[in-house]
Amino acid sequence: MTNIITFEQLKNECIDRNKRIYEIAQEEMAKDSGISIEEVRAFANKSLFNMKEAIEAGMASKEPSMSGLTGQDCDRLQKRYKTERSMFGSLFEKIVEYAIATSEENIRMGKIVACPTAGSCGILPSCLIGVSQEYNYSETEQINALITAGEIGRIISVKMSLAGAVAGCQAECGVAGAMAAAAVCQLKGGSVEKILNSSALVLKNILGLTCDPVAGLVEIPCVKRNPFLAVNSITAVELSLSGVESKIPIDEIVDAMAQTGALLSPMLKESSQAGLATTKTGLKIKKKIFGSLT
Amino acid sequence: MKRATLFDIISPVMIGPSSSHTAGAVRLGLLARNIYNSSIKKVTFKLYNSYAHTGKGHGTEKGLLAGILGLSVDDRRIKDIFNSNVAKNVEYSFEYSDDFRRHPNSVDITLDGEYKMFIAGDSIGAGEILITRINEFNVSLSGNYNTLILVYKDKPGMISNVTSHLQSKNINIASLDCDRNAKGKDASMIICVDGNIQDSVIDKIKNMSDVYFVTYVKKLEN
Repeated sequence: MTNIITFEQLKNECIDRNKRIYEIAQEEMAKDSGISIEEVRAFANKSLFNMKEAIEAGMASKEPSMSGLTGQDCDRLQKRYKTERSMFGSLFEKIVEYAIATSEENIRMGKIVACPTAGSCGILPSCLIGVSQEYNYSETEQINALITAGEIGRIISVKMSLAGAVAGCQAECGVAGAMAAAAVCQLKGGSVEKILNSSALVLKNILGLTCDPVAGLVEIPCVKRNPFLAVNSITAVELSLSGVESKIPIDEIVDAMAQTGALLSPMLKESSQAGLATTKTGLKIKKKIFGSLT
Repeated sequence: MKRATLFDIISPVMIGPSSSHTAGAVRLGLLARNIYNSSIKKVTFKLYNSYAHTGKGHGTEKGLLAGILGLSVDDRRIKDIFNSNVAKNVEYSFEYSDDFRRHPNSVDITLDGEYKMFIAGDSIGAGEILITRINEFNVSLSGNYNTLILVYKDKPGMISNVTSHLQSKNINIASLDCDRNAKGKDASMIICVDGNIQDSVIDKIKNMSDVYFVTYVKKLEN
């Protein structure tokens, strides 16, 4: 098993050996599982391929979710952008569309890549693939970025569970955002320090995010949360590449996030006993959904 | 507890919407199918707590049945499994219960065919699962290793006899758990291994005296 369990160790390993994060990560993964680096990269490529497929399927579909309440928002975005472009330009359009497309594909029981979880499946792909299309990054560069992102998620998961039921949405969408920022910073050629700093900035900004889905389903607010976190990730990369630093090191932020997750009431951790789930409208929706499903 | 790998973070490729309530459900079904290891004619699922309350909106029932039928977590047929041809030859039913001593996402699976078997399991997050009970024995099976399961008479020397068969083929044991219902009565042994166990070794263990039941459970592919 790899000995790298903190970001400090990862950074030192990269600097001492003059390597990128993805190089260390793919090497360690290959060593631990007795496979070649090419096989590690083939695995990542399969995930990347399925992320692209999910985006395409999601962009093309208007089928409602199982609850019947969501599923047409990607269509709404595409329609508007055909006549009225986004204030932030075409990259922003792609990221927001792709994040919703993937999330909507997820809730209609389509095929997605849990990255790190299914509820947060739109965040990393929208940033990674949106930026790669906009700036023509090669497949090799995209795989490098995906492996970089995976290593960020892996090290966070050493210290805390990435389940909303254990640590709230900060552990799902928050971690996905940290991974997305790392992927984009890698694509943009940011240094190892800047990659870790981008992830740190995302995490700091979402500490305490609750998981209070309406009717216990991965729909409200999960689907719309995906484009928000995706855009946050790009904000973090912009800051980081400009030299804006997180004053708290990422390892300590992860400690704070784990602590915050533990202190968060179980009523706000995927149990739908409080928050949005128990608003007047939330409860009305729940009644409506389970009235129609059972 | 096994730490997550890079692969765990950037996968699985799965049918949505929930790693615990959909992919986890498929994997529970698949592992139950592997444990049963014979043609299934009838299956009853009893869903507990969150699985019972939010299962329908997450496709949990579809996932469990799809797993029992051998579909993998990324099979597009899961979505419409109740109307799929693969579900035609199995009789299935669902029950729902609250029991807060149980894990929030847990299920009892009762299988019938050549023999009856009771399997209980939990979906513990991010698609990871744990089979916690097989018939009257407490177990802890993740599906991440090829696993040999034995039921035998509790008496001295059984563990060393079984493991010597594995050693003779240079098979490394990743973990070994035993349980028994009483001294000198039925006991269970769960051996997780690295690599594969050849049929010849399994046959030798099956032929040992006082070994009542042996099944080799293949690890889940994704």
